[in-house]
Amino acid sequence: MGFSTTLTINGVTRTIALDDPRVTLLDLLRERLDLTGAKKGCDRGQCGACTVIVDGRRINSCLALAISHDGASVLTIEGVADGDRLHPVQEAFIAHDGLQCGFCTPGQIMSAIGLIQEGQAGTDPERVREGMSGNLCRCGAYQGITAAVLQARKTLDAASRKEVA
Amino acid sequence: MKSFDYVRPATVRDAVTAAVEPGAVYLAAGTNLLDLMKGGVTAPNRLVDITHLSGLDRIEELPDGGLRIGALIRNADLAHDTNFARRFPAVAEALLSGASAQLRNAATVGGNLLQRTRCAYFFDTAGACNKRNPGSGCDAQGGDNRLHAILGWSKSCIATHPSDFCVPLVAFDAVVELEGRAGCREIPLETFHRLPGDRPDRETVLEPGEMIVAVRLPADAARFATNARYLKVRDRTSYAFAVVSAAAALRLEAGVIADGRLALGGVALKPWRARNAEKILIGARADTPLFHRAAEAALAEAKPSGDNGFKIELASRVVARALALAAAGTPERMPALPASPFTALSGVLTHG
Repeated sequence: MGFSTTLTINGVTRTIALDDPRVTLLDLLRERLDLTGAKKGCDRGQCGACTVIVDGRRINSCLALAISHDGASVLTIEGVADGDRLHPVQEAFIAHDGLQCGFCTPGQIMSAIGLIQEGQAGTDPERVREGMSGNLCRCGAYQGITAAVLQARKTLDAASRKEVA
Repeated sequence: MKSFDYVRPATVRDAVTAAVEPGAVYLAAGTNLLDLMKGGVTAPNRLVDITHLSGLDRIEELPDGGLRIGALIRNADLAHDTNFARRFPAVAEALLSGASAQLRNAATVGGNLLQRTRCAYFFDTAGACNKRNPGSGCDAQGGDNRLHAILGWSKSCIATHPSDFCVPLVAFDAVVELEGRAGCREIPLETFHRLPGDRPDRETVLEPGEMIVAVRLPADAARFATNARYLKVRDRTSYAFAVVSAAAALRLEAGVIADGRLALGGVALKPWRARNAEKILIGARADTPLFHRAAEAALAEAKPSGDNGFKIELASRVVARALALAAAGTPERMPALPASPFTALSGVLTHG
């Protein structure tokens, strides 16, 4: 039996035929749409490497069935930069050495973008660490990641104040 | 993962009809279900996707002052709802102490109630588990069981219920609204989950096809808002299930406890309401010796189910500490580490 799901991925709406309802959003992105930025780490919702933003919320795409998200809007790491201009969170990760091997980085960056949008962490490093606890980094770049998130939040905050003014 | 039929009903009634079939399960966010399916722990024949149903994603004020929370409300949305967090701060704190931000953004209210135990032997399909495979035995007994139950367990099963959310809910007399073949009914959350007895595979009182449509908090629960806390000891600072947790809420009148609520998490196969302890609290002056007496009463029936005798003393201390935190007052702002024992007892409080 055939299924289909319509998703808006990084601003582009497409209807995708699915031959099997078991396909996760992560597998759809990686295996069928060639969007390999989101990583398959544990595939069980424990590591955060697969984090993408669905309808404005960061979620683990490995624990989401693609078919159930029919009609959703998905933002992946491939969609955050503006052409050659990196997203402020990407820039901050580079500036603060928020990575070593880079495997967890797309998930870390999507999670950080989600965290900043949620607006709960503010300038408190403890709240940033707590808010990022769903993203593991086996290289242990946590200090750089925390600094990067705080820096990016400041940059985005200043940019939005400028827009308002 | 075993193959399954996928159906997306248009109404609750259609959903119930589709889910009555043996082997059918409801799919909400799927954060627990897909994990279990990937591990072969559960292998449903049919997924009934309820995420597209309308009317289940609202938080409604009730005429009597209570609050009705739709089953599809996401954990994070509920915890960050300003009105909800102000009126039921211990419930918000419990929600924010659970899982990770990504999981809280997806996981639903109804799904939280129905999540399965994290007992490692339930997940290990090579081992014996009376819950997963009735009659096969219980490898947790004699196995790695330091996190297992100390209350309400049986020879058949020593697993615990993993929810944080359910712990303050049961303390506050939350009610679960169900819809099934026979129509609607409602039952207290306290009687929703079953203790294992000799049938640990029967986890709740749900009938085949019956769906959780909402959870209600009575108006009375909000009367504890100035003195309500959730405290959760974990093996890690964040993103871990409770070793032991407690929800404590007090209504204080000139230092005397006019009303008190207490429930424990991580100790049994259901969120554990400690009514004996509540009786000791009510009418007494709120002080440290009283909190220790109440804690003792809460754990009076506790017995180790294996290498977990330490949890009895730990639970007793967690209860006394949760009561002290509740007496000191609900913090004006959610702590940076919700429900963490690393939050200072004094110096962060503005209420009370």
